[in-house]
Amino acid sequence: MKDQLAKIKAEALAAFDSAGGPAALDALRVKYLGKKGELTAVLKQMGRLSPQERPAMGQLANEVRAALENAIETTSKRLEQAALDARLKAETVDVTVPGTAPALGHKHPMYIALDEIKDIFVGMGFTVLDGPEVELATYNFDKLNAEEGHPSRDWSDTFYFDEDSRVMLRSQTSPMQVRAMETMPLPIRIIAPGRVYRKDEVDATHSPMFHQVEGMVIDKGVTMADLKGTLNTVVEQLYGKGTKTRFRPHHFPFTEPSCEMDVQCHKCGGVGCPTCKGEGWIELLGAGMVHPKVLEMSGIDSEVYTGWAFGIGLERTAMRRFKIADLRLIFENDVRFLEQF
Amino acid sequence: MNLSRKWLNEFVSVDVGDKEFAEAMTLSGSKVELTHDLGAEISNVVVGRILSMEHHPNSDHMWICQVDVGGEEPVQIVTGAWNVHAGDLVPVAKDNSWLPGGKHITRGNLRGVKSKGMLCSMKELNIDERDFPYGVITAAALLNDYHPIDPKKPSISSEIQPGDKIFGNVVCAGVGNVSYAGNGTWSVALVWAETANGEKTPMGTTIVTPCQNIHSLDLVAFDTKKRTICTLADLRAEQREFPHCITDGIFVLQEEGIKPGDDIRPVIGADDHVVEFEITPNRPDCLSVIGLAREAAATFQTPLKLHDPQVQGGGPGSLVELLDVETPAADLCPRYTARMVRNVKIAPSPKWMRERLRAMGVRPINNIVDITNYVMLEYGQPMHAFDYRYVKGGKIIVRRAEDGEELTTLDGNVRKLTSNMLVIADDTRAVGLAGIMGGLNSEIVSDTVDVVFESANFDGTTIRKTALALGMRTEASAKFEKGLDILNTLPAVNRACELVEMLGAGEVLDGVIDILNYVPQPTTLALRPDKINALLGTDVSVADMQEILKRLDFGVDGETITVPSWRGDVAHYSDLAEEVARFYGYNNIPSTLVRGETTRGGYSPEQKLEQSVGAVARACGYDEIITYSFISPTAYDKIRWPEDDPRRVSFKILNPLGEDTSIMRTTVLPSMLEILARNCNYRNKAARLYEVGRIYLQGGPDGLAIEDKILSLGTYGEGTTFYTLKGVVEAILHDLRCSSVEFVPCQDNPSYHPGRCAQVIVDGTLVGVFGQIHPLVARNYGLDTELYCGELALKALMAVKGPDAEYVPLPRFPSVARDIAVVCDEAVTVGELEKAIRKGAKGLLKEVSLFDIYRGSNIPEGKKSVAFNLILRSDERSLTGEEADEDVKSILETLEKECGAVLR
Repeated sequence: MKDQLAKIKAEALAAFDSAGGPAALDALRVKYLGKKGELTAVLKQMGRLSPQERPAMGQLANEVRAALENAIETTSKRLEQAALDARLKAETVDVTVPGTAPALGHKHPMYIALDEIKDIFVGMGFTVLDGPEVELATYNFDKLNAEEGHPSRDWSDTFYFDEDSRVMLRSQTSPMQVRAMETMPLPIRIIAPGRVYRKDEVDATHSPMFHQVEGMVIDKGVTMADLKGTLNTVVEQLYGKGTKTRFRPHHFPFTEPSCEMDVQCHKCGGVGCPTCKGEGWIELLGAGMVHPKVLEMSGIDSEVYTGWAFGIGLERTAMRRFKIADLRLIFENDVRFLEQF
Repeated sequence: MNLSRKWLNEFVSVDVGDKEFAEAMTLSGSKVELTHDLGAEISNVVVGRILSMEHHPNSDHMWICQVDVGGEEPVQIVTGAWNVHAGDLVPVAKDNSWLPGGKHITRGNLRGVKSKGMLCSMKELNIDERDFPYGVITAAALLNDYHPIDPKKPSISSEIQPGDKIFGNVVCAGVGNVSYAGNGTWSVALVWAETANGEKTPMGTTIVTPCQNIHSLDLVAFDTKKRTICTLADLRAEQREFPHCITDGIFVLQEEGIKPGDDIRPVIGADDHVVEFEITPNRPDCLSVIGLAREAAATFQTPLKLHDPQVQGGGPGSLVELLDVETPAADLCPRYTARMVRNVKIAPSPKWMRERLRAMGVRPINNIVDITNYVMLEYGQPMHAFDYRYVKGGKIIVRRAEDGEELTTLDGNVRKLTSNMLVIADDTRAVGLAGIMGGLNSEIVSDTVDVVFESANFDGTTIRKTALALGMRTEASAKFEKGLDILNTLPAVNRACELVEMLGAGEVLDGVIDILNYVPQPTTLALRPDKINALLGTDVSVADMQEILKRLDFGVDGETITVPSWRGDVAHYSDLAEEVARFYGYNNIPSTLVRGETTRGGYSPEQKLEQSVGAVARACGYDEIITYSFISPTAYDKIRWPEDDPRRVSFKILNPLGEDTSIMRTTVLPSMLEILARNCNYRNKAARLYEVGRIYLQGGPDGLAIEDKILSLGTYGEGTTFYTLKGVVEAILHDLRCSSVEFVPCQDNPSYHPGRCAQVIVDGTLVGVFGQIHPLVARNYGLDTELYCGELALKALMAVKGPDAEYVPLPRFPSVARDIAVVCDEAVTVGELEKAIRKGAKGLLKEVSLFDIYRGSNIPEGKKSVAFNLILRSDERSLTGEEADEDVKSILETLEKECGAVLR
């Protein structure tokens, strides 16, 4: 019997070792340890042993059973691991195969630039206004101090809807200054982005329709220094901290003093290069202190209130931001262009 | 506005480089666009004297010249030009020199002969005969350069000898000595022979000719009667017959006081620097050398040296007797000033004047015309010169034109005038278009004897409108329309007369005709230093403010400021603030942040809606586009709107750029279709596009438009169906938390496929439409692709937008799923079935989703099987199968009753 046990143990262990998979192992378990298994059969013979032999043989038998069970356990774990390994191996993918692309839409680059500007001003307490594009000449010109006879009122420059030059396509977002002053309570802090129209043929830098953002602050004690401070902050947020700016005198009918703001050329750092036409500076926007006459025309006491305003061309800002060389791309809407942003 | 820095320096000495000058002027308000160093491209080019010339041994037309260029030794230069002579002064590009256009000249070898440089033509120095009228070359037809067109039939024998007759009085003559005779002419000794009675008599003479290409031993064609040497034109010859007798050649200098070795740049006026300014329309005074000199003087804080014109006068006759001026249109002519010059000698103006005109971009013409232009540039006052002969009756009348009156202007165009236009007329007819252009009938010509100088002030608006109406904006009209200084006419006309005397161009009559219809009052303003500092955010002292204003020639009397007559733009303390700021320095104004009451900024609900629909569209894979708001009227035809469709009523631009952009769209559909078509044409396989665009409808306040915003969707490409676009519409509505959304088939929208179009109705409100574009519309855009578009009105979306999300507890009990498939008539829509399902449910139904529509075997013809997945759940307890079945039973009953749909 002792020999039998030893033989079973040796056979079983060898069999377990070579078991090909969990099913085979289970069959072996039944074969040796099942109710009708070989070890069970041997154990059934225990009754035939003498009482002296029984304890030793019983212990031996239990040892063999434990050894077999242990071996099954170990083998089972090994097989599980092997199966897992095999499965994982089989499931290996080529990570360099391109991913399945989710369809993602893209914001138009010009609106990306606009949203940046809007967010900066909203953060500073400005309200965003929308206004009419089909506009009264009164708002676009008269109330902005561009009197009858101002060249921009010519039919060669501005689109009109009636012979009296009364209704027109706004040529600037500045009429929103007047609309804001006429309707909003003081103090006023607004920006008004939108489409504007001028009679320019389409080319790489011109379009009969383009976009501007108007900004205006009206309050007591507003100064040109405030205008500079605010615009400098905006420029730093748009173009990065430490961006250098300069202010130049200029002329707009509705601001006095008026200025243009330049940013130092990002390409050459101010030395002069083709990008900035050798000047070292790139013109960014026009601005100034709201003309007292304009305030008065909108019913604001210019002795008490002052204000500043600016206007920035969006296309140029976006073109500079994204290095777009030709304005026509903006309105062409080729998906190969749109999907770059 | 171009400015010659040499000319500027006459009034203010500013001794800084162009870059520094440009920057300082720009920062004080006169924006510099560009600066040019006229001589930047020229180096190592000098005046040279040709000492001797000999024929090149290996060429029939080249000369070997020994040239004195100011060095110890003459240099040898080979030239192919035939218009130079020993003794001539010429521009010499020495070895290692540079010419305009980046041309580099080095020593070389020409057919075996060394040449250490090049003699230059005017073209090579980038100048022309307008700069140097004497530089025009006249070429004689040299018979020794004759090359017959047909070698077998030469018109001139190759053995021609002096004395041989060519035709008529023209004989062949041999050239002896040639020497410069001054004033662009040469003295040429000629010999030939005359045959009379078979006997030859030798003849000889010396004549003066402008032909520059004649040298000793040449053979020329001499007209014995006219005593001239024939040119190609005289012989009616073609250039190719005399290939080297060309009017192009070396620029032979006739300037006084120059010597070999002198730098060529000052000689040809290329030592000037020109600054190009962008002058804003409020500063017409800066459209002049003096105006800019005043700005430069204030900028660089150096004195302005103005000059008071001095006229000797004393010309023959009396101005009052010769000339009478009337200004019936006094309202359009505030001032008319005139002087007269007699016994004028029309000639080219002197070099310095031509150079300055040229530097400022004005073409020199003759001394009188050049003087008017010179004064206009210097004083900013447009001037005009009339030929007195053609001022009939000695009368100048400034009047409105008659309607239909015609005038031929100096440019040769016949202008039809209206009574809104102002003319300068004599007794009988118009002789000039006031402030714009003179008439051809009174032009200064080479035999003009007596001249009237006009220096007037005209109404800017009239000039502008006339120039615009006639499409002839001139330098003068551009100045007048901005409003000129009424006090400037007299100094300007005096300056013109002073220049006439300086140039010896004529005799100026004593006296001035000066009609002043409007007496200007000087503007005075209070300085208000506190207001100025408060506006600028600065702390500039009163003294500094006064100092700045004084530098600009403002009258300063304490705090009373008198505005100079040329500064019509200054009328308010804020204008004075700008003057102070300009010279205090915009960049010295501090940078502060907005103070005061804080305001709550942000976006309106409409703006937020616009942002969120855009975000959903992008999340669905749609790219944002920007399209023009104006379209072509034919766009409505292309989208098949009926002729009488009221939506065709559009805002129409009366002066559009073109028909294609002439009306404001009342629909965004054509804009989208155009972009889809463009992408198709670019062979982009697919496009998914959206735009929140405006439409412009009649009926807004004050005659303006109602500008509604529309979400425009458009797509094409593989896998795109009605349902992919519908999914996007649904996603947008879902994001807006819209409830009770209905899609109603729409068969009557002419732009869409009648079987693939739906109206979107939310809460009973029509929000928009979407579907496949009608194939005929697609064809109108040149496409046979399936296009899908949608139009959703933002205003309507705003109205049907659901309330903010409110948390609904997550289900605590399991749900029961049941699939049902019913067979119904083809005509029954899924929407109707779904409605019936919801109606039949007894409160346990949480979700219905379609999962299959089947037609084919086992389903009768004209019927379909529609399968739904139903989710049933109670919020109070776990459902039993029986409870669920009861609901399903009720649902099936309703389906049968309402839709005739039976369980399959």
